[in-house]
Amino acid sequence: MAEANIAAAGAAPLPARERPPANIVGPVAWARANLFSSWWSTAITLVLLYVILRAGWGFISWGLIHAIWTVPQGANGPDTASCRAAIGAGACWAVIGEKYRFMLFGFYPFSQQWRPAIVVLLFIGLFLVSANRRFWRKELALIWIVTMIVIGVLMWGGILGMPHVAQDQWGGLPITLILATFGLALAFPLSVFVALGRRSTRLPAVKMLCVAYVELIRGVPLISLLFMASVMFPLFLPEGVDIDKLLRAQVAIILFAGAYLAEVVRAGLQALPKGQGEAADALGLSYWKKTLLIILPQALRLVIPPLVNTFIGFFKDTSLVLIIGIFDLLKSGITAIADPNWQGFGNEMYVTLAVIYFVFCFAMSKYSRGLERELDRARRR
Amino acid sequence: MSTAMETANGATHAPDASAPPAIVLDKVNKWYGSMHVLRDVSMTVAEKERVVVCGPSGSGKSTMIRCINRLETHQEGRIVVDGTELTDDLRALDTIRREVGMVFQSFNLFPHLTILENCTLAPIWVRKMPKAEAEELAMYYLGRVKIPEQAKKYPGQLSGGQQQRVAIARALCMKPKIMLFDEPTSALDPEMIKEVLDTMVTLAESGMTMVCVTHEMGFARQVADRVVFMDRGEVVESGPPARMFEDPQTDRLKLFLSQILRGH
Amino acid sequence: METIDSMSGTTLDPRLNPSRAAPKKGMTLSWSDPKLRAIFWQVVIIGAVAGIVWYLTRNTNRNLESRHIATGFGFLFQSASIPIGESLLDFTPSVSTYGRALVIGLLNTLKIAVVGVVLATILGTVVGIGRLSPNWLLSRVTAVYVETLRDIPVLLQLIFWYGLMQALPGPRQALNPVPGVFLSNRGLKVPMFDWQAEYWWVLLAFVVGLIGTLAYRRSAKRKQEETGERPRVWPAGVLLLIAFPGVVWAALGAQFSVDVPALRGFNFQGGVTMTPEYTALLVGLVAYTATYIAEIVRSGILAVPQGQWEAGGALGLHRGKVMSQIVLPQALRVIVPPMTSQYLNLIKNSSLAVAIGYQDIVSIANTTLNQTGQAIEGIFIIMLVYLTFSLSISLFMNWYNARIALVER
Repeated sequence: MAEANIAAAGAAPLPARERPPANIVGPVAWARANLFSSWWSTAITLVLLYVILRAGWGFISWGLIHAIWTVPQGANGPDTASCRAAIGAGACWAVIGEKYRFMLFGFYPFSQQWRPAIVVLLFIGLFLVSANRRFWRKELALIWIVTMIVIGVLMWGGILGMPHVAQDQWGGLPITLILATFGLALAFPLSVFVALGRRSTRLPAVKMLCVAYVELIRGVPLISLLFMASVMFPLFLPEGVDIDKLLRAQVAIILFAGAYLAEVVRAGLQALPKGQGEAADALGLSYWKKTLLIILPQALRLVIPPLVNTFIGFFKDTSLVLIIGIFDLLKSGITAIADPNWQGFGNEMYVTLAVIYFVFCFAMSKYSRGLERELDRARRR
Repeated sequence: MSTAMETANGATHAPDASAPPAIVLDKVNKWYGSMHVLRDVSMTVAEKERVVVCGPSGSGKSTMIRCINRLETHQEGRIVVDGTELTDDLRALDTIRREVGMVFQSFNLFPHLTILENCTLAPIWVRKMPKAEAEELAMYYLGRVKIPEQAKKYPGQLSGGQQQRVAIARALCMKPKIMLFDEPTSALDPEMIKEVLDTMVTLAESGMTMVCVTHEMGFARQVADRVVFMDRGEVVESGPPARMFEDPQTDRLKLFLSQILRGH
Repeated sequence: METIDSMSGTTLDPRLNPSRAAPKKGMTLSWSDPKLRAIFWQVVIIGAVAGIVWYLTRNTNRNLESRHIATGFGFLFQSASIPIGESLLDFTPSVSTYGRALVIGLLNTLKIAVVGVVLATILGTVVGIGRLSPNWLLSRVTAVYVETLRDIPVLLQLIFWYGLMQALPGPRQALNPVPGVFLSNRGLKVPMFDWQAEYWWVLLAFVVGLIGTLAYRRSAKRKQEETGERPRVWPAGVLLLIAFPGVVWAALGAQFSVDVPALRGFNFQGGVTMTPEYTALLVGLVAYTATYIAEIVRSGILAVPQGQWEAGGALGLHRGKVMSQIVLPQALRVIVPPMTSQYLNLIKNSSLAVAIGYQDIVSIANTTLNQTGQAIEGIFIIMLVYLTFSLSISLFMNWYNARIALVER
């Protein structure tokens, strides 16, 4: 009896597979689950949608629809009447069109601005090459040194037929990149020594010195170090010797970066298993051979993501040199709109500067997160 | 102590009692802060002798063996390795570390170097060997531990058992007179323990002086000339493996054997 | 020798209370003695550093002399001609001293620091929780907010907010979003109640009430440990913290008057003013720091495994109790250390006030050192102030970490 029923059930055709009802999958269902799951969530969604649409429409209207893109050239220079008429209603992107070269390159002689432009491209190229894991070998240090020398030659000139341009005429994006990149590159060896010194058990005096340096620098704002560089460094030097303001700021940034990088490197040294050092000791390697061949290669590889994050911070912090009168990207941009013709168009300039910084920082931040994921995966194999 | 022993293969060797002892520990004491972790430890290892050190965890056996190549320092007593006394003297330390090889529980291979580079690193930088000669030496020892084909791979690509055999080859590349093993199989999956123990047996048969901290009693029975039992920082009992396992003299050894041999 | 305890099979471990202690070692005068090498290298390195310091000091003294710049802190008692826009103390330029000006600068920094930390914590916590919300729109919007503000320099953000404040209409056309609150290019004005003399007594009553509530809580806890029953603390709390000061206030005459800003002529009178500089700095710093705090709160909440909620629920605890007794203590362990370092960052970033004209300690010290020429003393004062902040926060952090550290093997 039972077999017959089972046989009968097995013989009956299965109902055709239907699509699940629309309130379980599909865009409507997704919206219900993610946007309108409770009355509280619905309220938030509605408020946010309202705010986004209002603000978004306002920005599009100001930034795109009613914006003025160019102004005609009048008798005494650009004729900004149309822009002034549109203040509040439309952005005046013409100011960027007129002033972008000053914003990007500062007081650098107009005809020679191809040189800082190449420098910016070199920096971007350097970052892209360094980011690629395939290039993480000893030769990378050589590439960095050569690139930095080429950048120096391009900016200063004086040879190969390029006229000499003194540092006080440099400005804009190259200054930001130079301060950040040279700062990181030169602070890096310093930070490795300080991190090793801080972990030293046999040389307590050196350890205290390194601790004092790191805690002192990390406890004070960068602005105080820049002031120190600006007003105190000239006092430190013998009479008659004068160093350029840019160099002073660079030294301050190197000292600043060294302390923060030292903490990053120290974290890497601490993360390395103790057994690596013991194995090297058991093989008879001396302290420096052990450190150079075994400890540092591994520790430094561990800390690359926090290193990139620290570099993003420096890149943003270079904007502080505006306060001591150095023409980095931020100061150049702000000075550009101090022109009486273009008074009152601050917002357009701020937005443009923000976009430039954002592009650099967001790219680096995304890279560092991807790298962290990749390294985690590799380690957990 | 100077009796000839028959190994499973029938080959014989004899610990050399006429030569000066390879390792002498004489009333060695060590403190960690206020904790007295090694208490009047005395032990002598003759040349070509194989000693297995066993005991409950925390008994000080790892500490003692790490004192022999000064990964730990002792505060009282004498340690003499290959005729050189271990003191704070850094030159003495350099000499000793060249002649003593160590294999660790967690392998401690250098993950950023290939297998071949792991083995040639110390000969090149410490013994100042030319690179080609070092590589030839490394390939020879990798052959002895039966994994020459892995030379260009990285440690992360090898299994645990293979990594530990590389660690043994790496230590052997320095041509040490004495080999120390600190629980070499404790971190291995069971199916890989045999391959490492076999390597160690072969090494023992070639006449190497070995001090081995291990729980593998089968290995001790097969290869050891002497078993030393440590508990709570001191040497409690020592003797030939057969006598130690079949006829323990002290209560503590009896207790320890009952705990570890339960599963056997 | 040792006796074996027949019950547990253990003996007293002779290693823990040794009969002898470790001997001290001397030092030999040989290059292979590590102690000698250590001393040698330390002497060399410290000597090199000291040499550099001596050289710099010598140059500095010569330069200061040749430029006729004074040294020492005597200038603190000289009169200062610094125009100070906002201050919590009275200041008369050319009469009051540099010392007083610097104290005012310090107070201005504290004004930003305290209010900024509180607001940034609130905003950051809200945004952090919003990031974890199941509402897709909310978590996306907060993610965009966090990512955007973190990729733009804080100085640019401050300059932007300041520009915004300056572009506001004048007092006569001031924005009036809420009755009594006015926003114009002269700042933000809010009504404030007048501080009467009697309020000190009310405040004292509140403090007494606070102490009483805490004492009552402790006795309630003890009662719970002894009998299992816990008397409710909140009715007593309401009584002590609200009713008691209220009674005192009423007894003393129930004085209360509010100073509402009103337009008189070209500007507002009355109420409390937050200058455009202060407002811009506060808004900018709070918005920026809140992004970091949001990430910290988010990772703190994520750090507590879901299993903790489930286990607490399985034991029959209400959601609120699970939160306060199980989840929050664990989340706070992860949150507090980076949070305090963000507070320190906010305080350090407040030094950017000098770029938008808010006169904090850095700005006034900078003006002082420009006027007196005493750069070293000026920078020293700035660094001393910030190192004090940073040291206090470090000490608090160490104390907190030691107190809540999980006991592990």
